[in-house]
Amino acid sequence: MGIIEFKNVSFEYARYDEERRVSSTCRALRDVSFSVPRGEFLAVLGHNGSGKSTAAKLINALLTPKTGQVFVNGLDTSVAGNIYEVRKSAGMVFQNPDNQIIANIVEEDVAFGPENLALPPAEIRERVDFALEAVGLRDFADSPPHFLSGGQKQRVAIAGVLAMEPEILVLDEPTAMLDPVGRREVISAVTRLNKERNITVVLITHFMDEAVRADRVLVMDDGRIAMEGSPSEVFSSVERLAELRLDAPQVSELAHILKKAGVPLPGGILTTSEMVMELCALRARFASGLRSLGRDGAPEVR
Amino acid sequence: MNIRTAIGQYYPAKSIAHELDSRVKLVMTITYVVVAFFVESAGGYCFVTGALFVAVYLSKVPLKFILRGLRAVWALLIFTAVLNVFFTPPIDSADLLLNLGFAQISESGLIMAAKMAVRLMLLVTFSSMLTLTTTPLALADAIEFFLAPLAKIGFPAAEVAMMMTIALRFIPTLIDEMDKIIKAQKARGADFETGSLMRRVKALVPILVPLFISAFRRADDLATAMEARCYRTDVKRTKLRSLKMTRQDYMAILMTALFAVCVLAIR
Repeated sequence: MGIIEFKNVSFEYARYDEERRVSSTCRALRDVSFSVPRGEFLAVLGHNGSGKSTAAKLINALLTPKTGQVFVNGLDTSVAGNIYEVRKSAGMVFQNPDNQIIANIVEEDVAFGPENLALPPAEIRERVDFALEAVGLRDFADSPPHFLSGGQKQRVAIAGVLAMEPEILVLDEPTAMLDPVGRREVISAVTRLNKERNITVVLITHFMDEAVRADRVLVMDDGRIAMEGSPSEVFSSVERLAELRLDAPQVSELAHILKKAGVPLPGGILTTSEMVMELCALRARFASGLRSLGRDGAPEVR
Repeated sequence: MNIRTAIGQYYPAKSIAHELDSRVKLVMTITYVVVAFFVESAGGYCFVTGALFVAVYLSKVPLKFILRGLRAVWALLIFTAVLNVFFTPPIDSADLLLNLGFAQISESGLIMAAKMAVRLMLLVTFSSMLTLTTTPLALADAIEFFLAPLAKIGFPAAEVAMMMTIALRFIPTLIDEMDKIIKAQKARGADFETGSLMRRVKALVPILVPLFISAFRRADDLATAMEARCYRTDVKRTKLRSLKMTRQDYMAILMTALFAVCVLAIR
């Protein structure tokens, strides 16, 4: 059993009319099942309204399923008594860095979670120092958050979650409001936590480039899981992604176009450096091919 | 828009004033402000102002920052002074300097106006010393401490402190937001600077409406984020920094008491 288990989960949002009666409902998740093994880096993709944020909130027990069950660390999130235990083990980082920082000083914000857990001050101190170190913000411990950049603020939010010593880190589009530098900062911090501390990561994003480093990718569409697999499997299906209104990472798309044009590239190229390696290898093969042709009378190619 | 500087924001530094317990600093500030209103003589004012300068020196906060607080209240200072000049009735005919018909200006009125202005200046300066040397969070802790006895009669002291903390935290965020809205409205031709007072007040509506909507949205997000981090009101939270009195703090209390006695003695 994985650390996160979704079992036939459905969820719907109700819309109310002026007399507070349910006027319509909107199905956000339809019978979704999946499992996340401990230590995995899972990326969840999908265009707006595909249900990916709802899935994130279900992991943290901010929402509970309408039907079906969600288990976090073996605990059913629908059971009221489990809520705080679930929230403690599955920390969550949200989209807007300004709307999730509670205190006016970085370290006091990081301390907010452990304070809620009613830990003794000495242990809070230890955890705050550790968490700020882990996201590389030790030097900013005494700064007011509004002096920080977007990427730094988002790392403060991650530190705030880390200080609660979670086993799972759920990030709901953490980079949507950041510039490219900030995005890199956040994603590399998350990747490091996953690799070095074996924290299970669920990264919800619509930036395909961020999903490239994941162990596994889930693509959601209209409340269902539309695709699932390793990043190279998922991103090779450029046409299927286009159907789901998603763009493959640029490199995957380039590989797709080149292959269509007859360039013999292997499948599953995801990063620029992989692409460069493959193209160089191809050129080398091409050149030696030409050279061998040269013996037969074709002009020499260097 | 210069609201940012209006409230003496925390000035990070390492000084005795910064290290003092926030509860002690709160008591000191209240004592100082109350005592300053009892002073009558010039000597008394010199003494009280001297004490202020000692406090400023000990806090290592540049004078510039402290004077900023005054700049924000100059209108209030002038208003109070003018009121006192016009509406202090003369004691006798010798006291009367000028009769304007609707008001009489007297020597005692002028003295009263000067006193009030100096008192207000002392009040603002000393209380901005408090906020300049104390993080808002520590201040909220202090207020929580003094409200704690009220928790017994059902007053939500911890929640009020949390609310204050969050309100303080969002001041810069909302000011930035307001700047953005004003720029956006100006870009579309809105005029906030000319016209009658009524017109200018009306021009604020298109700023306040989006500001409030965004504030509510932020509040909603923040509530979710707090819940996600296990915030609950049914269990007592602990604190990263527990307030602890040191010898310095007891010394400060002693000095404050001495100061109050001295001031009341010389007036």
